[in-house]
Amino acid sequence: MEFLSDNWGLIQSAFLTTLSLAVASGVCALLLGTLLAGMRVSPIPALRGLATVYVEIFRNTPLTVVFFFLAFGIVYVDLQFPSRFVTAVAALSLYTAAFVAEALRSGINAVPAGQAEAARALGLDFRQSLTTVVLPQAFRTVVPPLGSVWIALAKNTSIAAGFAVTDLTALLQRLANANADQLLLVFGAVVLGYLVITLPSAWGISVLERRLAIVR
Amino acid sequence: MSASVLFDVPGPRGRRRQRIGSALGALVVLALVALAAWRLGANGQLDPSRWAILFDARTNVPQRLLEALLNTLEVAAVGMVAATVLGAFLAIGRLSEHAWVRVPVAAVIEFFRAVPLLVLILFCFLFLPRLGISISAFGALALGLTLYNMAVLAEIIRAGILSVDRGQSEAAYAVGMRKWQVMSFILVPQAVRRMLPVLIAQLVVLLKDSSLGFIVGYLELLRTARSLVETLNFQFGPIYTFQLYVAAAVIYIVVNLLLSWLARVVERRTRRDTKAAGTKDQELPADVQMGGGGGAA
Repeated sequence: MEFLSDNWGLIQSAFLTTLSLAVASGVCALLLGTLLAGMRVSPIPALRGLATVYVEIFRNTPLTVVFFFLAFGIVYVDLQFPSRFVTAVAALSLYTAAFVAEALRSGINAVPAGQAEAARALGLDFRQSLTTVVLPQAFRTVVPPLGSVWIALAKNTSIAAGFAVTDLTALLQRLANANADQLLLVFGAVVLGYLVITLPSAWGISVLERRLAIVR
Repeated sequence: MSASVLFDVPGPRGRRRQRIGSALGALVVLALVALAAWRLGANGQLDPSRWAILFDARTNVPQRLLEALLNTLEVAAVGMVAATVLGAFLAIGRLSEHAWVRVPVAAVIEFFRAVPLLVLILFCFLFLPRLGISISAFGALALGLTLYNMAVLAEIIRAGILSVDRGQSEAAYAVGMRKWQVMSFILVPQAVRRMLPVLIAQLVVLLKDSSLGFIVGYLELLRTARSLVETLNFQFGPIYTFQLYVAAAVIYIVVNLLLSWLARVVERRTRRDTKAAGTKDQELPADVQMGGGGGAA
């Protein structure tokens, strides 16, 4: 226990790094994913194709490869992220957005056709019917899958440790090398750090789900 | 609801607007690609002699990349087989009638689903040697992948077993089979058949996750590309870096796309197959597809 209190500052900052990584990428991924889902159902074939290609590529690329490219590859097109943290947020958002888009698309498909038909009958155009009628209902039905995507994202932030972001997993590597005898304790603390994020999220999602579910 | 419900069938003016929109969108994408290509060209990255190294057997680069691909596939194959076998046992354990089997098995499954995969791999890599068990990067990676995926597959197989029509097991009991016979001759074969597309989809996820070997220093595609870059930089200066990274990424994406395509073919075939009829919900949940230790906490 003394060991934990000695390193409390480190653990705290690592935990906050992980949490802010997850929150920042979660928000970006949600925005980008919504845009992609909108593109996938849009009337313009080029946008549909673009979004489909994006989703297919990112769903079949390991997250490590995305990280790797943003960390080491993009200097060759003369781009540079301001910090390692921003690189990690960009990689996580780009990757997660593909899964958000897929979840949302299935939500859009679950909205009864009558809703969109009624919206069109009222004279709403594509953008209006999507943003005021279909998407609000779609979001309510995809709370559970989006929630699981969020939890998976929180765990995927661990990969940032391999690219020099000092999050919880990086802490595991660092403390493990310095304090071999306390390894089990370090491991326990790190796992607990992730559980502190994921367990309340899981609970919050189930509450949200019950509040927002649409009875059909 | 299909996409077409969201908008009217376009008339002549609408079609013109769509064509203009398509052209504009395509132009923007092309402009971005051209910009990237121009910057690459300006830095000399598109020089054919730089790309030739990927196919030049004398430099040993294609051999190393092939070896790396085989390493990647090897760890994925070991992880997949071990995870499927263990997952099947865990699934049966979780369906047991005895609480002393069911509860611990459920705890094991939930624990391994809740821990990020990388933490699991690092734990195997850093902790097991302290117990006097020497473990290579390959062993740590394979063990981590196995532990995580067996928990995911256990849940998938359990869902498969539960989805087999109840009449099947009732009929089996009625002809006098024992519990283990019902499970191994009646339920598991049907469950595996139904779950085949999902099992292949999980293989894609596992293959993606094997890239985490990069972080523990296993010579999979990314780590090989990195080490090749280091040796080549030493010999020729940093002129082949970008090419090797692109090659590693492209190999990963192509292999995964092929496997995803295989999963779709198998799914279509099983759907036609009357013995596996009545299957629904063949997609892996989105969080499991994300890999890296996804799965509900």
